[in-house]
Amino acid sequence: MTPGRAAISARHLRTDRWWLSPLVTAVALTIFIIYATWRAFANGDYYSTPYVSPLYSPCLASNCTPMDGGADWHLFGSWWGLSPALLVLVFPLGFRLTCYYYRKAYYRGFWASPPACAVAEPHAKYTGETRFPLVMQNVHRYFFYLALPVAGILTYDVVLAFRDESGAWGHAGLGTLVLLLNIVLIWAYTLSCHSCRHIIGGKLRHFSAHPVRYRLWGWVGALNGRHMLLAWSSLISVGVADLYVYLVASGAFDDPRFF
Amino acid sequence: MTHTAHFKVWRGDTDGGDLQDYEVEVNDGEVVLDIIHRLQATQVADLAVRWNCKAGKCGSCSAEVNGRPRLMCMTRMSVFEPDETVTVTPLRTFPVIRDLVTDVSFNYDKARQVPAFVPPKGVPAGEYRMQQVDVERSQEFRKCIECFLCQDTCHVVRDHEENKTSFAGPRFLMRIAELDMHPLDAAADQGLVRSASAQEDHGLGYCNITKCCTEICPEHIQITDNALIPLKERAIDRKYDPLVWLGSKIRRRQD
Repeated sequence: MTPGRAAISARHLRTDRWWLSPLVTAVALTIFIIYATWRAFANGDYYSTPYVSPLYSPCLASNCTPMDGGADWHLFGSWWGLSPALLVLVFPLGFRLTCYYYRKAYYRGFWASPPACAVAEPHAKYTGETRFPLVMQNVHRYFFYLALPVAGILTYDVVLAFRDESGAWGHAGLGTLVLLLNIVLIWAYTLSCHSCRHIIGGKLRHFSAHPVRYRLWGWVGALNGRHMLLAWSSLISVGVADLYVYLVASGAFDDPRFF
Repeated sequence: MTHTAHFKVWRGDTDGGDLQDYEVEVNDGEVVLDIIHRLQATQVADLAVRWNCKAGKCGSCSAEVNGRPRLMCMTRMSVFEPDETVTVTPLRTFPVIRDLVTDVSFNYDKARQVPAFVPPKGVPAGEYRMQQVDVERSQEFRKCIECFLCQDTCHVVRDHEENKTSFAGPRFLMRIAELDMHPLDAAADQGLVRSASAQEDHGLGYCNITKCCTEICPEHIQITDNALIPLKERAIDRKYDPLVWLGSKIRRRQD
């Protein structure tokens, strides 16, 4: 107990289920981390014409499964022997790891700093994001810049998903719909980013002198208000899209075709 | 409808104290502050409580109700079950004076440390002209009633007394954000970069954006999303972004 403060020995006096939210957050993130780690290292069943898993695009090593017209650019050559997913996942991983919403989620869920509002944290000292390594959270905007081309490439993958197995345009299957929904959510999450909101107009002091940027700032702000929702829905959609491609590529499921 | 509620109220001072049990009458439409007043009027005349407007606008009756920082005048008794024990304690982060009254002078010290608005050169007082679109963002922050619930709930100082010297708290970081967004503030002309100062002098880096300040704000100000994160981004412009730095050197233009 701190001298001078009211002598209350209980760590907190909350009577509601304050532990539920951080618990659900921690469990959900753990499930995704386990799944994504397995899939990232699996190095197989990530492409089934015309669908590519969002975890494996762009594919930058020579050991990629050939993708018909897809983003299999062998920039890293043949020396890379591990899963090619590891080369690209560092970008979305860094973007989400430094995201202002995910920071809240894992600081609360995993690090209990704090576990919930007005519930004492278990740590003796606290320096927040003032020191290494957490001061590195300030690089979030660079991951935002890098997330843009990755989202662009995934958009290209969705366009290619409108071809059939022979490369003819005018196809759409359930996989096309899954990838389309995924990319819409990824773009919405990316553009709702706090750094994007700042760069697009938040940094200005005179909105009146920049009417276009002010308008854009308003739109990004509307998305930003749903940043948590978009963070979760896009995370789930990435997992579902990858799982769908895995099931089709491994032959466990036949892609229903709409036209 | 009237019922009898079980209350636990912290009573004591700097020498110590504890939670004491009371049975108090509750009527329809009442708030926690009504019950505390009834307790004072009928059972414990010397119970110390700070209050003023009873309308959620003066920010005086801040306390912790069932462990959550709240305004007692804005906490309806109808949110509790009739048989639920209601625990009322003083704000934990500040030194207690007596019973439910704490010494919140920490906040006034921090307020004094924030450099005031710097008037623009060559514009006489009374001649300031700003467009609504330029000021409405920071007008949200002017809704603050200075109840200091955000200061109380922020774990940076709530759980770590030693951080009080270096951390201004959400309320005053929001004040810096407000001034940094002010279209006429000329602090930069005097060499004061408010966003960089927020990080270097007022402890912005301690904030790990876990949003408790926003969660408990009785005025529903989006402190984290609209003040603290934009202030962090502005500090990054100044301290960590070479592209912005280079752009500001090449093209000196007022934003």
